[in-house]
Amino acid sequence: MKTYDVIVIGGGHAGCEAAAAAARLGAKTLLATHQASTIGEMSCNPAIGGLGKGHLVREVDALDGLMGRVIDQAGIQFRMLNRSKGPAVRGPRAQADRALYKKHMQAAIKAVPGLDVTEMAVEDLIIKDGRAVGVIGGDGTEIQAAAVVLTTGTFLKGVIHIGDRRIPAGRFGEAPATGLSGRLYSSGLKLGRLKTGTPARLDGRTIDWAQLDMQHPDAEPVPFSFLTDRITVPQIPCGITHTNAETHRIIEENLNKSAVYSGSISGRGPRYCPSIEDKVVRFAERNSHQIFLEPEGLDDPTVYPNGISTSLPEDVQDAFLKTISGLENARIIRHGYAIEYDYVDPRALFPTLETKDIPGLFLAGQINGTTGYEEAAAQGLMAGLNAARRAGSGGKGECGAITLERSEAYIGVMIDDLVTCGVTEPYRMFTSRAEYRLTLRADNADQRLTPRGLDFGAVDAARAEAFHAKQRTLEEALSWGRATTLTPNEARKHGLSLNQDGRRRSVIDLLSLPEVGREALSHIWPQLRGFPPSVVEQLEIEALYAGYLHRQHADIVAFRKDERLVLPADLDYAAIPGLSNEGRQRLAATRPLTLGQAGRIEGVTPAALAVVLAWVRKNPSKVAS
Amino acid sequence: MSARNDTIFARASGPGRAGVAVYRISGPQARLFGSTLSSRAPRPREISLTTISDPTSGETIDRGLAVLFEGPASFTGEDVVEFHLHGSRAVENALYEALSTLGGRPAEAGEFTLRALKNGKLDLAQAEALADLIDAETVEQKRQALVQLDGRLSVVAERWRVQLLGVLSALEADIDFPDEGDVPAAIAARAGPVVDILLEELRSYLSDAARCRSIREGISVALIGAPNAGKSSLLNRLAGSEVAIISDQPGTTRDVLIARLDLAGVPVSLADTAGLRDTHTDEVEQEGMRRARARAEAADIRIGVADAAVGIPRETLKLLKTGDYLLWNKADLGVAVPRPSPAGLTVLALSARTGAGVDPFVEDLARAVGALCGSGEEAGLTRIRHQRAVEEAIAALVRARTQIETAPELAAEDARLAARALGQITGAVGVEDVLAEIFSSFCIGK
Repeated sequence: MKTYDVIVIGGGHAGCEAAAAAARLGAKTLLATHQASTIGEMSCNPAIGGLGKGHLVREVDALDGLMGRVIDQAGIQFRMLNRSKGPAVRGPRAQADRALYKKHMQAAIKAVPGLDVTEMAVEDLIIKDGRAVGVIGGDGTEIQAAAVVLTTGTFLKGVIHIGDRRIPAGRFGEAPATGLSGRLYSSGLKLGRLKTGTPARLDGRTIDWAQLDMQHPDAEPVPFSFLTDRITVPQIPCGITHTNAETHRIIEENLNKSAVYSGSISGRGPRYCPSIEDKVVRFAERNSHQIFLEPEGLDDPTVYPNGISTSLPEDVQDAFLKTISGLENARIIRHGYAIEYDYVDPRALFPTLETKDIPGLFLAGQINGTTGYEEAAAQGLMAGLNAARRAGSGGKGECGAITLERSEAYIGVMIDDLVTCGVTEPYRMFTSRAEYRLTLRADNADQRLTPRGLDFGAVDAARAEAFHAKQRTLEEALSWGRATTLTPNEARKHGLSLNQDGRRRSVIDLLSLPEVGREALSHIWPQLRGFPPSVVEQLEIEALYAGYLHRQHADIVAFRKDERLVLPADLDYAAIPGLSNEGRQRLAATRPLTLGQAGRIEGVTPAALAVVLAWVRKNPSKVAS
Repeated sequence: MSARNDTIFARASGPGRAGVAVYRISGPQARLFGSTLSSRAPRPREISLTTISDPTSGETIDRGLAVLFEGPASFTGEDVVEFHLHGSRAVENALYEALSTLGGRPAEAGEFTLRALKNGKLDLAQAEALADLIDAETVEQKRQALVQLDGRLSVVAERWRVQLLGVLSALEADIDFPDEGDVPAAIAARAGPVVDILLEELRSYLSDAARCRSIREGISVALIGAPNAGKSSLLNRLAGSEVAIISDQPGTTRDVLIARLDLAGVPVSLADTAGLRDTHTDEVEQEGMRRARARAEAADIRIGVADAAVGIPRETLKLLKTGDYLLWNKADLGVAVPRPSPAGLTVLALSARTGAGVDPFVEDLARAVGALCGSGEEAGLTRIRHQRAVEEAIAALVRARTQIETAPELAAEDARLAARALGQITGAVGVEDVLAEIFSSFCIGK
């Protein structure tokens, strides 16, 4: 029988990052997928990044993951969202050429040392003494491993709905993995059902672009990866069109044929990505909704009409699309559909993404109730690192868990949200989920996380070198910017009018004044021009957020105090006197690892926390370590 | 039986001998205990006469009234049985022994309220109000505590929470969904007017906070004047008891003496202070005068007392402020009141010795005290904790207001701090609340 340290099941965005991360830690890793040619497939909207999501990609990249580098080689429309707002809430986003993305992801996977790829339909796990120790293929082949990472996306009992037709499937044209689903059901993990949808794909050659508004890419595309110097892929625009009263009339008249509205779908869908049926019903007062027409590739005529996902029957889709400006004669390549699938209640996971009940089994991506390539990739990376640690690999001989806190990364926010609160709809990242948003920026993901990655052993030498070089320049610039000062009098000689209070101001102080820019200061100190623009930008951010970052740091210190109060995972909440029934049930459902985490569970009151804390302190003997 | 399921009991009325005492039993076995001890099972929400006897000996403990409040519609949210028995030590001992035998446990201080809090019968502001109600000494205090207990501050705070949610959702929609057709470009600007309204209201509650707290904490009034002007006589007259030693000897009062009064339902602490003079004084008297001045400075109302025959010394006049009182004492001695009267003061003549003119003065003082406190019927910030939270929220919102257009992420940061501060008075504003508000207001999903 073949043996690996880590087996990753699934070749999507979670699976790719999981496999590459495990291998980076030195684990002998196998990536098992139905079809090697679909590795890196973008099964829904071909775009990466956005607000919160772009932050996640930068963090994955800072930990030496693949996604940032791959999209930099495949992006055909880069845009920095919120460019006019502060740096903390700017998010990089790019439309991808699907074929290029898949090609570069497959190349990246192939280039990872110690990572094998095999085509097999995994039908079951090998469980021994309650631990996951390998997988069994459809043909009965058994492969052993110290840890298994499941990244099966929507393949678990997936059902596609178009009108009243139901097709069991994972993605269009691919078979679902019902055997694995059965294993998870029988293992006692709590499963739930979610749904999501996708719009029809159009033939761009049949769209009348001339009558549409166009959205153009940034003139100077900003890469995702800290290792990418510049974007060389050609950049193209997207079209913008709108639904209208006639579109809405057709949809309303056919609502009973929609899978969502006929009641044949039980799963909960995302509020932030409603189907066009949902939009028409829930926002009946709006007579128009915006649609982005996003090309799926440079050499591919397929266009993704973003904003009109639907589960209406084909003929209704044909009819309502024809009412839309620019789409009057558009040919449909493939119709839209809704998909329902199983997910595992992520409260069954440790923050390492290992299941609490089946040691050795890790779950990452959509199977945990999330949506989005970026959310999947970030989980995959963390699950891969921890699976490798489980197998005894990596990082200066350490074997401990690898986790990130809410105060240090969006990845930490996401995983903590998942394992603490579970999900009620497909979970997507937003910047508003991060309480330390000013600190957790896309621009400083490397400063925050690459040192952690180096500690984990997850960052290779090339990135380490680039990172240290950048850090040296940055530190030099920061100490120069803090130490270099002038008086208001001297400033006046340079044409800057400041309060004549005799106080010396540093370069950083001056950068914080809205009327004084980088340009003006370069005249006074020409050496400012000697620093790379990205480094000067860091000085500006330091200046802009100084007061707020200081307070946020104090909050983080307080936050970590609660995070250090460890609660035993096997704490018997039923035995703690004074807890309300509701508090007891909620705590028992999540089994929080720290007092801080307990406090973030919905419905757990400060009074309940005090009761738990008092009991743990009074009864150290009853608390197994 | 594990402790969390236990049934607790205690005397709910005040301690000591009394004609009637109320005993409360709360917990899952309250109903069982009630029917075991009574000759007839206590009925829900109906008071009935019963005989209470010891379950083991069968001996009668007392005869009295019993009533059952079924959970969750009870004070604690659990089943509650109340016995109204005679307030005797012997009855209490026998009843406690019987209840303990059955498996009950004497409640700890505040444990009934704690259970009510845990079962969601009260929120924190209401629990505090309950503590205040029990401690209330005066009518206005009682009225205020009842208003708070009714949840009126909670209602107001909930309104603030909803407004803040509107602010946060506008700012966060601007930040997280800039690319959405349905989110207007100027959405963040919508937060401005809401912040203004909220700030105005928070400020008005804050400016009333001192008044509200004075109902809870009382008003301080200081008697000041020259030695032998009759301050201590007046204090005794007002307090209706011999709080202060009085004599004809000037300088008899050397420290600050305090009497507690109830004026128009507001608790008033009336301070008698050492007489103020600048000659022939020893060290002890010097210290007494220093304390008198400090007391006068800190008081809400000062009452200058002067002997009409002597006139008002400059030392006394200097300490009086607009709205304070000047009393010409010893009116019974027939000396004419000096003219003209100092401006800005309420000037009255009376005799502390005979009581002449005292009632009109007390009526006037009660009005002044009432004006300082306002009515106890409005919801208000009765605790320093509330006041701090509102101050913190105001500071954060003022910062937020200036940055809404220029830096929405910083405005949002400050709005979050405001939400956290106000969350100390009532419920918190969580990320999920904000997202729910955004998704219900805007059609998100490009």
